[in-house]
Amino acid sequence: MQVSMTVNDEVVTETVEGRMLLVHFLRDRLRLTGTHWGCDTSNCGTCVVQLDGEPVKSCTVLAAMASGHSVRTVEGLEVDHLLDPVQQGFIECHGLQCGFCTPGMLMTARALLDRDPDPSEATIREAISGQICRCTGYTSIIRSIQWAAAHAHEHPTSDEPTDATS
Amino acid sequence: MQVPAPIEYERATSVGHAVGLLERLGAEARILAGGHSLIPMMKLRLVNPEYLIDINDLHEELGRITVTDGEVRIGTMARHRELLESDKLYEAFPIFRDAERVIADPIVRNRGTLGGSLCQADPSEDLSTVCTTLGASCVIRGSSGDRVVPMEEFYLGPYQTAVGQAEILIEVRFPVRQHSGSAYAKVDRRAGDWAVAAAGAAIWLDGDVIADARVGLAAVGPNTTGIPAISEALKGLEPSEEAFAVAGQIATENCDPVTDGRGTSDYKRHLAGELTRRTLRTASDRAMQRSRG
Amino acid sequence: MTTIEDVPPPALVDNDQHPVGYGRMLRKEDPRFVRGLGTFCDDLQLPGMLHLAILRSPVAHARITHIDVTAAEAHPKVKAVVTGADLAKRGLAWMTTLADDVQAVLATDKVRYQGQEVAFVVAEDHYSARDALELIFVDYDMLDPVIDLRTALDPGAPVVRDEIEGKADNHGFDWETGDAAATSAVFKDAEVTVTQDLVFPRVHPAPMETCGAVADFDRVSGKLTMWSTTQAPHAHRTLYAIVAGIPEHKIRVISPDVGGGFGNKVPIYPGYVCAIVGSIVTGKPVKWMEDRTENLVSTAFARDYIMRGEIAATRDGRILAIRSNVLADLGAFNGTAAPLKYPAGFFGVFTGSYDIEAAHCAVTAAYTNKAPGGVAYSCSFRIAEAVYLVERMVDRLASELDIDPVELRMKNFIQPEQFPYTTKTGWVYDSGNYPGAMNEALRIAGYDDLRAEQVVRRERGELMGIGVSFFTEAVGAGPRKDMDILGLGMADGCELRIHPTGKAVVRISVQSQGQGHETTYAQIIAEEIGISPADIDVVHGDTDNTPFGLGTYGSRSTPVSGAAAALVARKVRDKAKIIASGMLEVSVADLEWRKGAFHVKGDPGTSVTIQDIAMRAYGSGDLPEGLEGGLEAQICYNPENLTYPFGAYICVVDIDPGTAKVVVRRFIAVDDCGTRINDMIIEGQVHGGLTDGIGIALMEYIGFDEEGNCLNGSLMDYLIPTSLEVPHWETSHTVTPSPHHPIGAKGVGESATVGSPPAIVNAVVDALKPFGVQHVDMPCTPSRVWEAMQGRARPPM
Repeated sequence: MQVSMTVNDEVVTETVEGRMLLVHFLRDRLRLTGTHWGCDTSNCGTCVVQLDGEPVKSCTVLAAMASGHSVRTVEGLEVDHLLDPVQQGFIECHGLQCGFCTPGMLMTARALLDRDPDPSEATIREAISGQICRCTGYTSIIRSIQWAAAHAHEHPTSDEPTDATS
Repeated sequence: MQVPAPIEYERATSVGHAVGLLERLGAEARILAGGHSLIPMMKLRLVNPEYLIDINDLHEELGRITVTDGEVRIGTMARHRELLESDKLYEAFPIFRDAERVIADPIVRNRGTLGGSLCQADPSEDLSTVCTTLGASCVIRGSSGDRVVPMEEFYLGPYQTAVGQAEILIEVRFPVRQHSGSAYAKVDRRAGDWAVAAAGAAIWLDGDVIADARVGLAAVGPNTTGIPAISEALKGLEPSEEAFAVAGQIATENCDPVTDGRGTSDYKRHLAGELTRRTLRTASDRAMQRSRG
Repeated sequence: MTTIEDVPPPALVDNDQHPVGYGRMLRKEDPRFVRGLGTFCDDLQLPGMLHLAILRSPVAHARITHIDVTAAEAHPKVKAVVTGADLAKRGLAWMTTLADDVQAVLATDKVRYQGQEVAFVVAEDHYSARDALELIFVDYDMLDPVIDLRTALDPGAPVVRDEIEGKADNHGFDWETGDAAATSAVFKDAEVTVTQDLVFPRVHPAPMETCGAVADFDRVSGKLTMWSTTQAPHAHRTLYAIVAGIPEHKIRVISPDVGGGFGNKVPIYPGYVCAIVGSIVTGKPVKWMEDRTENLVSTAFARDYIMRGEIAATRDGRILAIRSNVLADLGAFNGTAAPLKYPAGFFGVFTGSYDIEAAHCAVTAAYTNKAPGGVAYSCSFRIAEAVYLVERMVDRLASELDIDPVELRMKNFIQPEQFPYTTKTGWVYDSGNYPGAMNEALRIAGYDDLRAEQVVRRERGELMGIGVSFFTEAVGAGPRKDMDILGLGMADGCELRIHPTGKAVVRISVQSQGQGHETTYAQIIAEEIGISPADIDVVHGDTDNTPFGLGTYGSRSTPVSGAAAALVARKVRDKAKIIASGMLEVSVADLEWRKGAFHVKGDPGTSVTIQDIAMRAYGSGDLPEGLEGGLEAQICYNPENLTYPFGAYICVVDIDPGTAKVVVRRFIAVDDCGTRINDMIIEGQVHGGLTDGIGIALMEYIGFDEEGNCLNGSLMDYLIPTSLEVPHWETSHTVTPSPHHPIGAKGVGESATVGSPPAIVNAVVDALKPFGVQHVDMPCTPSRVWEAMQGRARPPM
């Protein structure tokens, strides 16, 4: 069957099996491998993307269900190669170690801050409670999101390699 | 990752269309709403439907929360998140917000629906308990029209409901009576886990005494349990710790938990009583606040 | 102490100190991860790549009587179907494990655990491969399984390893350490002895990325390129050469970005070998990625020790001796990734942080019908088990003597002046200041205030608990005469090259699964050579491009490979000094180094930078007599000892008296890992390990029913902490350098996972003091805690 959806502001049309999961559509068909997968039971959240602006677990959505809708992945966070504040926040506050849960965390963080630009620590903890990180212990992720909230209005950062001497 | 077996995908354009598809496609067709019960089971190949009928476009028609003086009606496509965030629903039945806070996780709540939860009929499922506690009625639509089934008759066994093969649960209705309070409490081993045990309670006051009280339990029996003996015991009493203790005792005697990875049957039985007391207490406090205010 | 409240107010904050060397530096590897441009194993797409899926046994113990693959082979998208019999024809059905046992790649005679590999398919796409698995039909003749470790060695128990000629029982090995006679003598005369049975249940590292590989065997060149989620690519390369018979110079193993290892990605799994065979058979690249159930059910589990601890002391609280007996569950094959002389890993450090007179431990390991493993999940080679035992026993003793658990520890600590300290089991602790770390933890926690608060709360019927844990780890395996994996010594190489324009590349033998090596190794080199970390490229994970080493696990990177990096940088600096002497026309003795440049003594304005020297090294001018051009060096570092990080942890819990649910209110962690390269990264390692502790102590568990069905084979049933189960972490540190490590650093990656479970369990037991509870086994789920409150505490298995 054919599906057609907007992914990171671009319309894509592909022929897929009815059973194809959105996560595989994004990763294997569209080669957007920033979205990951880590379980079989919708628990880990490494597959989180935004569907019509809301975070969803893309391993539990069929590509067919997303047809006619708008999907945003981690690759769609940066604008003209400039990092979104959530991305910069995770760098500033060591919100990632292995990086595997990170794209999902970023998409949830972005959606949260779009709804609530100045969330409390408790709100942030609650918002990311559907996603597991095995590396960071969550405190640095919360700090990263708080950093992004505090720096929302500054210019996005260039994605050029970090110049540690400047 | 584990992935589903091949399926044919259909998207419903109306409730009638969905019912028609169910009739035409037969027993190998399943309704796909939030998908967060069905798709995981399909990935594990525990269920293998041939056809999926996606009703997510019907959210407009089936997703409304309507609160009137005598009744609350919730369309079965209402998402968990909407039930959590609805202030008017909280006003009428705070038990919903209590329960939604501890159902799944915030991401899953963006997709999962009231109808999906009820129709999955897992013995540990929370919204089923909420609906039992509130004495809800289920509106089921088939090709010959709608029928209304009270919650007591909705569950036929674990994972089995009164909804027929070519029918769709479209709405759940809750009677509204004066001076009510309701509450939900759940014990889990970790956020988002199924309940080890959970209880919902609703109290309606007539002046200083309990006019009616209902308690529903989750995860301590084959399906959610409503306990008529509690209603009988509490009617006419003033809310008090003694009264709640009596109800708690009845709850422990009226459940049938099994020992499993989540807990021993002794512990779950204990929780049935403990959580019944706690939710009655909270429901009663809320009812008294509403009476005064 | 760092808490959430320390987040700075809105203002542009430069979190990067831009150190040229140690210090807080943002990570160089982060940009690709936050942009979704990491390359994890499943991200790899090669032209013509096929997909492999494995058929696994649904039962724990059965003879295979028939396998019918005709329907699978007939599937239009299937390219190959391979069974154990097929592999056996090529001598590939069995492979050596890291413990020098053997393990089936695909079952031949029988299956020995639920989830064991039975056959595999290679298909055009992942979905078809999964479909094809359902077209393979296997007939099993059921056998009684061995599931209960306590009865596995009973006479008449079913034999798991009957393929070993003459094997008539499930005995794996016996091992002991310490002095049995001396310890018995001490116990006999001791004023007080306490005995406690305790288990460290089976848990699982469960990294967020499961295990997998892409194997690409080139039929023309005969070269195998193997991308896999491995923590030890060089060791894997050598082992593939031995197992698969491909010459080692024709094997390249690449560890791409890896989504967490935690010891789960040390072994060679059958799936990796299947992928290699699949590629050889089809002539195409073949990808295998396990699903989460496969990961939890068939890959290296952790712990599963049934222990008896005994502690002997004087009545006034001097610990005299510790004794332990351990029954270890190997699973069906011995796959423990531990140095061969240490079949029970480094459990010998169960004497803990205390100055005692005698100790003895005996370990017996048995085979069962479960997946192989045991050494994993940041255990530092069984130190997690050892620390749990000793810290629970010390608390038991404190309870018995009615002495405060902090006071009891302080009274018995090895004192700073006693280092280096040789324990009664032969470990030489290099340095330590235990009272210093403990006092820092007490200060942050406000320990006396907490105890006062506890008195008040207890009177109100509330259940508040305070738990202390103090640990000493032994990390950085290790001296090659003692420590090896299958005969490969645990010494690691490092290569550093400075380019003409003064930039550098360092090739290291360990690789990162999140530890930040691309940053920290640049910092180590920068500290020695004065080149900015931004100008130093760190190459890791590719056996074609990096020196041999035994990989990243057991917190060995900084102690071994980090040492190698520092020493190779000093070698380069030594050569640079000679070049500088030529450039400045002075003798070498007249030069002094200030990071980044050599200055003439007494004439500081006269100097040359390392960049100047690099250009000269490759330039056309003369070099001092006998010196070759270029500016590079290599080294193989054989550590003289392990390093011994330590820490003091304090946990505060509140238990709901009605539901018995445990909430961790506070957790204070003071770690000492010697010289600290990057505070930010160390803090992150500690936070992650503390979270492991909460998971292990309160909710993680791999259990089986009587038939050997794994009951926790998904993340719905294997519970890992979310953001709602963990508190604000309160961390601090002390610094006691390692005297033998070139930069005084010790490992730290596993410290928090090791030290935190006993702190939490000690807190739970402390909270339940009003109920007379002396011990609760993990996981302390609400039900298990409640049962303990009723006097019915039981081990989980």
